[in-house]
Amino acid sequence: MTTGRAHIPGLYIHFPFCRSKCGYCDFYSVTETSLISSFLEALSMEAALYREEFTAFDTVYLGGGTPSLMAPDQVEALLEMVLDTFTILANAEITMELNPADLTREDLRVLRRAGINRVNIGVQSFHDRELQFLGRRHDRRQAMKALEWAGYAGFDNIGLDLIYNLPHQSLEDWRASLMQAIALRPAHLSCYELELKADTPLGRKLGQRGHGRGSEDLAREFFIKTSGVLEDAGYIHYEVSNFAAGMDKASQHNRKYWDHTPYLGLGPAAHSFEGASRWWNRSSLQSYLADLSRRERPVEGREDLGPQELAMEALFLGLRTRDGIDLDRYARLYGRDLMRENRRQLEEWSRLGLVEIASRRIRPTRSGMAVADALAVM
Amino acid sequence: MQNIRNFSIIAHIDHGKSTLADRLIMKTGACDLRIYKDQMLDSMDIERERGITIKSHAISLPYTASDGETYTLNLIDTPGHVDFSYEVSRSLASCEGVLLLIDAAQGVQAQTLANLYLAMEHDLEIIPVINKIDLPAADVERVLEQIDSELGLDPATHLACSAKDGTGVDEILEAIVRRIPPPRGEAEDPLAALIFDAYYDAYRGTVINCRVFDGEVKAGDTIRFMFNDSIYRVEEVGRFLLDRQKRDTLSAGEVGYIIAGVKTVSSVSIGDTITLDDRPCAQPLPGFKKVKPVVFASIYPIASDDYEDLSDALEKYKLNDAAFIYEKDSSAALGQGFRCGFLGLLHLDIVQERLEREYGLNIILSVPSVRYRFTLKDGAELYVDNPAHYPNPMSIIKSEEPYIRASMMLPDRYLGAVMTLCIDRRGVNSNMRYPSPGRVELSYEMPLSEVIFDFYDRFKSVTQGYGSFDYDLIDYRTSNLVLLDILVNGEKVDALSQIVHRDRARARGVLACDRLKDEIPRQMYKIAIQGAIGGEIISRSTVSAFRKDVTAKCYGGDITRKRKLLEKQKEGKKRMKMVGSVSIPQSAFLAVLKSDKDS
Repeated sequence: MTTGRAHIPGLYIHFPFCRSKCGYCDFYSVTETSLISSFLEALSMEAALYREEFTAFDTVYLGGGTPSLMAPDQVEALLEMVLDTFTILANAEITMELNPADLTREDLRVLRRAGINRVNIGVQSFHDRELQFLGRRHDRRQAMKALEWAGYAGFDNIGLDLIYNLPHQSLEDWRASLMQAIALRPAHLSCYELELKADTPLGRKLGQRGHGRGSEDLAREFFIKTSGVLEDAGYIHYEVSNFAAGMDKASQHNRKYWDHTPYLGLGPAAHSFEGASRWWNRSSLQSYLADLSRRERPVEGREDLGPQELAMEALFLGLRTRDGIDLDRYARLYGRDLMRENRRQLEEWSRLGLVEIASRRIRPTRSGMAVADALAVM
Repeated sequence: MQNIRNFSIIAHIDHGKSTLADRLIMKTGACDLRIYKDQMLDSMDIERERGITIKSHAISLPYTASDGETYTLNLIDTPGHVDFSYEVSRSLASCEGVLLLIDAAQGVQAQTLANLYLAMEHDLEIIPVINKIDLPAADVERVLEQIDSELGLDPATHLACSAKDGTGVDEILEAIVRRIPPPRGEAEDPLAALIFDAYYDAYRGTVINCRVFDGEVKAGDTIRFMFNDSIYRVEEVGRFLLDRQKRDTLSAGEVGYIIAGVKTVSSVSIGDTITLDDRPCAQPLPGFKKVKPVVFASIYPIASDDYEDLSDALEKYKLNDAAFIYEKDSSAALGQGFRCGFLGLLHLDIVQERLEREYGLNIILSVPSVRYRFTLKDGAELYVDNPAHYPNPMSIIKSEEPYIRASMMLPDRYLGAVMTLCIDRRGVNSNMRYPSPGRVELSYEMPLSEVIFDFYDRFKSVTQGYGSFDYDLIDYRTSNLVLLDILVNGEKVDALSQIVHRDRARARGVLACDRLKDEIPRQMYKIAIQGAIGGEIISRSTVSAFRKDVTAKCYGGDITRKRKLLEKQKEGKKRMKMVGSVSIPQSAFLAVLKSDKDS
């Protein structure tokens, strides 16, 4: 609600299948695509189990996994199911993640007609060498085609994902990828630093945690460069890793994660949030299917957040966004006056150019965003 | 008196001293073990966790021996660390014999030897007891050989037991009666009683534990503490079973307690002689030493709001720890606090831990220091135990620091390494002797400041735990001293200052900067750490600033994980002290005293 958006919930659907696993990814997915139809059945059962609690959504996000592994008619059926179960408000943002390797021009036209109005394309890089390193199934040419076809199919809200700070990637390589992306004029860009998590094949192989190349200085240079190049090209750096060609093109769905708007997550390992509770589904397709065959919610865990925990989340999530934190709203919701409690600290940070404090709002600057986690520990 | 036996159990750490004590108490039926455990034994958590007994206790066990006679066996417990060696010596001075307990699997260890030497010094009957014979790894033959060759005792005199399952405990009780001599003394002579312990009871004030050598004492007597030169009227005497058992008198040869309206434990000195005011003994009992703190450090609350709580906690803590002293102090960097004196670094650790655990305080300790002596141009002599009070260097004509004589026992294979260590720590006037083949007794004179620096840790490490170490303060010696200051982002942090020998100053400065670099977490800006003598910077290091710490993705499942991580960091930050605009963790203040592992 920081910019007057209504607190209408969002719906996330996790499609847990991939043709192959990418070395860097730690989202839950399996490669047994033969189970797709069982999954889709279970999914409609799961949705039905929530129809009393969640009635209307104004965003739907079909992520994964690789949802573009579904045949277009499966996607159509899935959206039908969603529309049958819940109310999807007019002008809702309905996003689907696409792998450039999966789609034809015709497929994209079908998806557009089925009601998808925003696509997020997993381009990751415009260099074939980098794409190979990441274990992607597509090449530069396919990435370009996917964007082109999406445009022909009538999508005017196209986002693409890129990854930076890869081993052997120079700042210049990265700038070239960014310039290529800008030339295609996507409405949205998500630029993620490669993080080597211990539980990914790449993390195990390269044996490092956190920043891909271990150097925070380099990670920072990439971060600052990304922000500079894209903002110069007219994009708004509205969250740590997200850029939009105007705030109306910012991901309406993702923003719900950052301001405690309720969301329902369906599918294995999906997370949901409502009121002051967060719960998450089983992160195993087998037990997900088993629970739903008994018509039970496939919930694995749940946490009820106390006021302090909510306040902490609002702080670190807020500091990840350009909007920052509205001090009065924060005080009203969490009973804490951040300015009064941390005046010296905040003024110091303002002097250091990490935050801007104006009209009762704390906003991180570009350098502030790079250290948002440390800022949140105030 | 013929039916009294006064004894201690001495052992290397973890050789089963407490278990055997429990077993003796159960066997003699002094009380139900469970209740005993709840009420008395190792009553402090820290004792149990560190496996050391910090304060002495005493208990009287009634025992009917095979000869049909009933005996009173007074078991006097002893603390087991070099910081408390004086207290151990007073406990042993109250005994006629000891059980020297040896683990059947581990055999003779460093403290076994150190304890044996102490017992021999007091001319005590020594009964070697091999414990844990029930262990699969027990090797009694090997231990018997060690008793002969390493301890120089007759292996035929040994007993074997398992304190855990009770095997051999009857034989131990019989041996205490048959082999440890009864106390000697004259009940008709003037009272002479040795204080070996005192503790604070919220209802009765100080309870004094003592061994009566001559004469007797009863309620109503006026007693005199000979060294403290103070007089009290006795309210109650008695001895310890499960709890205090009031009696009419305590007389020659007996061990028990006296309650005499003594307000604080600090009014009692361990080792002092109690006599009767109207009929004093001619001589106090030998061996008295006034225990003085030798290590000093300041304690500050992390949150200045906690100052009053800290003040209350110290007052309460002090009631039960006579060796601990404190007074108000203030630091430019850390605010209001207290300057405290300790018997050694372990004592300091214990105090810190108890303040945090029992009183729930978050505190910062400054860098520990010894007490230096300065002679100034105007002839004044100044004792300084706080680097913040280091006198103007221009006014100093002589600087001195306390020296100790370090006595070490070690297997001879470690001799080279230990000598290197001692010389490196400015040790002089070495002495060496071989009490038995393969064993070396080594002594050095060295500055106490080196011992509190990290000597003991290094010594244990180079002897792989097989060396034992003890020390006595000897005198003050001239030393070329300088004040080493630490600046954090250009601001002097007085609690990090150290007084050091000029030759060591540069190395210490480099070490302190290195250590602090590791201890001070990264912050939003670069932090410069500098070591300085006078105005001259002699060392520096830098804690780099956060560059990019934010994680790329933060969606559904990432949020909980991230929150927990940040909450943990926030918790850690609460345990840090803001100095200027830099948060310094508690650990930093002691870390500057730790040298590199490979040095």
